Amino acid sequence: MEPPLFRRLTVSAVTTAPFPVKRAPTRAAGPRVVRNPVWVRVLFMTLALGFVGIFLVLPLVAVFGEALRKGLGAYFKAFADSDARSAIRLTLTAAAIAVPSNLAFGIAASWCIAKFNFRGKSLLTTLIDLPFAVSPVISGLIYVLVFGAQGWLGPYLGAGDHPCFGEWFNQQDIKIIFAVPGIVLATIFVTFPFVARELIPLMQAQGSDEEYAALTLGANGWQTFWHVTLPNIKWGLFYGVILCNARAMGEFGAVSVVSGHIRGETNTMPLHIEILYNEYNFVAAFAVSSLLAMLGLVTLVLKSFIEWRHQRVRPANVTA
Amino acid sequence: MAPTIRPRSVLPGFGLSLGFTLAYLGLIVLIPLSAAFLKIAGMSWHDFVAAVASPRVVASYRLSFGVSLAAALVNAFFGFIVAWVLVRYTFPGRRIVDALVDLPFALPTAVAGIALTAIYAKNGWVGQWLDPLWVRGVGRLAAFVPWIDWKSWLGGTIAFDRPGIFIALTFIGLPFVVRTLQPVLIELEPELEEAAATLGANRWQTMTRVILPEVFPAMLTGFALAFARAIGEYGSVVFIAGNQPAHSEITPLIIITKLEQYDYRGATAVAVVMLVASFFLLFAINLLQKWSRRFSAV
Amino acid sequence: MSIAVQNIRKTFGAFTALDGVDLNVKSGQLVALLGPSGSGKTTLLRIIAGLEYADPGSGRISFHGEDVTDVPAGRRKVGFVFQHYALFRHMTVCENIAFGLKVRSRRERPSKSEIADRVAKLLKLVQLEQLGGRYPSQLSGGQRQRIALARALAVEPKVLLLDEPFGALDAKVRKELRRWLRRFQDEINITTVFVTHDQEEALEISDEVVIMNNARVEQVGAPQEVYDRPASPFVYQFLGNVNVLRAQALAHAGPHAPTEAMLEIDGQIYVRPHDIEVLPHLPGASGVVAILRYIHAAGATARLTLEQVPTREPIEVETSRVTLVGLDLKVGDLVNLRLRQSRSFDEDYTI
Repeated sequence: MEPPLFRRLTVSAVTTAPFPVKRAPTRAAGPRVVRNPVWVRVLFMTLALGFVGIFLVLPLVAVFGEALRKGLGAYFKAFADSDARSAIRLTLTAAAIAVPSNLAFGIAASWCIAKFNFRGKSLLTTLIDLPFAVSPVISGLIYVLVFGAQGWLGPYLGAGDHPCFGEWFNQQDIKIIFAVPGIVLATIFVTFPFVARELIPLMQAQGSDEEYAALTLGANGWQTFWHVTLPNIKWGLFYGVILCNARAMGEFGAVSVVSGHIRGETNTMPLHIEILYNEYNFVAAFAVSSLLAMLGLVTLVLKSFIEWRHQRVRPANVTA
Repeated sequence: MAPTIRPRSVLPGFGLSLGFTLAYLGLIVLIPLSAAFLKIAGMSWHDFVAAVASPRVVASYRLSFGVSLAAALVNAFFGFIVAWVLVRYTFPGRRIVDALVDLPFALPTAVAGIALTAIYAKNGWVGQWLDPLWVRGVGRLAAFVPWIDWKSWLGGTIAFDRPGIFIALTFIGLPFVVRTLQPVLIELEPELEEAAATLGANRWQTMTRVILPEVFPAMLTGFALAFARAIGEYGSVVFIAGNQPAHSEITPLIIITKLEQYDYRGATAVAVVMLVASFFLLFAINLLQKWSRRFSAV
Repeated sequence: MSIAVQNIRKTFGAFTALDGVDLNVKSGQLVALLGPSGSGKTTLLRIIAGLEYADPGSGRISFHGEDVTDVPAGRRKVGFVFQHYALFRHMTVCENIAFGLKVRSRRERPSKSEIADRVAKLLKLVQLEQLGGRYPSQLSGGQRQRIALARALAVEPKVLLLDEPFGALDAKVRKELRRWLRRFQDEINITTVFVTHDQEEALEISDEVVIMNNARVEQVGAPQEVYDRPASPFVYQFLGNVNVLRAQALAHAGPHAPTEAMLEIDGQIYVRPHDIEVLPHLPGASGVVAILRYIHAAGATARLTLEQVPTREPIEVETSRVTLVGLDLKVGDLVNLRLRQSRSFDEDYTI
C-alpha cells in the first residue's frame, strides 16, 4: 500500500495548474493572529521533531555508523567480495528490466484512463493498485504457484516430452523460479503501480486541451504524444520512475520467496545483506546496506528537487 | 470486467493503450493472483481449516493484527502532529524533515530491519539503556496487576520480541498518515480558524470542533493505509522480531516457513486469508477516500 | 469559406447537447454563438472543428459545399482557439506558433527560414513581436489569447473558431481585445465563429448572432434584429433587461394597453426598461400608476425601481438623467408610466 506519497505530490506539487489559476493564494503574508499559544507550538515541535529524530534519522545514522565501525578498510572490503558484486549486478539487472516495463505500462494505462471515458474505468484504476495491497511475501508466492515445479506451468518448463510443444521447446530447461526471471517478475509485480499511479492524476488534472490543439494544427497521434503530452508529464514520469527504481532495488520479501538464495547467482543486494547479517558479518551487511541507503537518500533528494521545482514554477502562473 | 465500449473520441491510441494495459495487468497481476485462489479450490474444507486455523497460525493473526493496529494508532497520533508542524510552522530544516518523512518508502525494508535491530538490541545504540528500563517497567506492571501476563504481552526485551515488531511497523507506517494529512491541512484555510475565533471559540474549541472533524476522514484513511501496510510487512520485521513460534511470529513469516517446508497448499491457504483481508481493507480505504472527498466540492 | 451544419445531434449519455441543429455561416462573416452555459454552443463549435463526433446517423457538416463530416480535425483547415488557450507550456511563443508547420510531413513542410518568416509575420500581426522568446507562463491573459490566435492562423486555416475567446480575461482587457478581434477579422477577412455567453460581446462585434438554448438554435440574425425583434421569450430575456408584466395589470396603460383578447388570457407582456416613459402623476390620466421606490443614478442613465399600484409588481425603468432632473422625483412619489413598445408571445402579435 503506497498511495499517499503520490497523492500528495499530485495535489500539491507536480500539478501545474492550467493557465487560469483558479485560486489566488489565500494566506496573508504577515504572521497570523489566530494561532495556537506558544506552549502548544513548542510541544508540537518537540513531539514532531523527537518522533522524526528517533524513528527516521536514527536508523539512517545507524546504517552508516555500523558500516564504518571498523574503519574504511573493512567497509570497502565488503565490496571486494565477488558475491557482493554479483548481488549488485543482479539488483541492477532486475531494476533495468522492471522499471522500463512498468514505465511502458504506466504510460499506456494513464493515456487510456486519463484521456478517454469507457465502462469499467474505475474498476481498472482500482485493479492497478492491487499489488500495493498484497503482502510482498504473497507476491512472491503467487509466482511460485504459477512457475514453480508443482505450479501451473512448472511441468512444461523443464526439459521433457510435452506433446503440445515443439521439439526445440522440449529440449530447453527453462528455470524461472529460483532463478533470475522469477526475481525480475516478482520485482515487476511489487513495483507495478508506481508510474501509472503518478501519471493518471497528473494527466487528468492537465486535461486534453493541448492534445486537441495539436490535432487541429495537423499533428498526428505520435507527434501529439511526443511533442505535447510527454513534455508536460516528464517530471511526474521521472518522479514515478525514481520511486519505482528505489523499490525495485530494495525489494526483499517477494524476491526472497522466488530467489532460492544461491550465492553469487540468485542473490540480490537485500538478500545478500540478509545472508551476511545471519552470518554475523555485520560490518559487511551494513556496508552493502549503506549503498541502498544512499540510493534511498538520492531518491529523496531528487523527489524534493522535483517538488521544489514545481512549487517554484507556480507563482509565475499566479501573477500572470 | 468489460471496459470495452469504445469511446468516440478524436484522440488516437485508445485501442492500443487499453489493449496493452489489460494484457499487462492480466499477465503480471490477475492471472498469478488467481493462481492462489485456484490452488486452494483444490483443497478440502477440512484441510483448509486445518491450515489456516491451527493454534500457531491463529496466534500469528492476533499478533500481526494487534501490533499493526497499535502501530497505526501511534502513527495516526504522531502523524497528525508531524503533518501539522510541517504545514503550519516554519523553522530551519523544515524541507529536510519534510523529505525525511518519505524515508520508510525509500529505504529498503531489509536495511531498515537491520538498522532498527542495531539500535534497539540489548547492546545497541539506544537499547543499551532503554532495554533495562523496559524490562524494569514491565516487571513493575506485573507486580501491580499480577493477573495479566505482562511479560508475554509486552515482551521480555525490546528487540527480538514484540516491542521490536511494533517499532518496525511504526517506522513503516509513518509516511502514510503524514502524506494523507498534509494536503488536507494545506487546503484547510486559516480563514476557517479565524472565522471560529470571531465567533467566540477559543483555540481548544477551534482545534477540536473545527479542525479535527475536518481532517478526521483523512486521518482515518492514513491510519487504514498504515494498518494495511503493516499487516503485510515482512522485511523490516523478521530481523527484529525474534520469530518465536506462537509468540512473535508474524503471519507473512508463517507463509515463508510453510513454503520452506514445501507445504505449498498450507502457505497458499494462509496467503488467501491475508489476501481477502487486504482486499477488504483496500475496499474500505476506497470508501474512506470517497467519504473524505464528500465536502471538497463546496 | 462558408460553413453549413445540417441536423446535427449530439448526446452525452442521457444528456442531449445538440438536438438537430442547423446553421449556415456565410463566407467572411464574424458569427457569434450565444447562449447560457449548457446550451450546446461549445459542443457545436467542437463538432465543426472535428474535435467531437456528432451522433452516428445524424447530419452533416460541410465547408464551402464540401462534406467534411468524416475529415479529421487536422485536415479540416480550421484554426481553433481554446477557452484557456491550450498553449503548449513547455514551448516558447515562437515554438508554439511554428508547431503546426513543423509537424507537417517533410513534403509539405516549409523550410526552416520560411517557418521563421511566417512566425515573425504572425507575431507582428498580433502585435507581440518582442515576446517570441517567452514561455506562455510569462505572458498576461490577453497576450496568451493573441498568441493562441497566431498559432491557429499559422496553418492558414479557412475557418477560424474561437471558444469563449475572452472568457478568462478581466473586463477591461476583454473590451479592448474584442474590438481588436473585430478589426483584425475585417483585415484578414476569414470566416470566424466564436462562442460566448456574454450578450454585450456578441451584439457588439458580430455580423450575425446565433442564439442557442437547450440544445437548439432559438434565433439567428443581425445584432440589431435579434435585439429589436426577439423571436421568443427566451431571447427577449437573454438579450438585455426586460420587465415581464401581467397583461391584467396594464389594462389602463394608454395607447399600448392590452387588447380585450389578451386581458382574457391574462398573458405576459415584455417591456424593456428604456421603452417605458415616466410621466408626472395626474389622477385620471391613462397609463400605469406606480410608486417610486428607488433611484440608482450613478452612471450615464438613471435606473428607477417602481412598484405598480395596486398590484405591487416591481418595474424597472431606464431614463436619461436629464429627464429625471426635469421630473424632480423623490422616493415615494407617484408617477404614471407609458409603454413606448412592448411585446407579447401569448398570441403571435406585437403591440
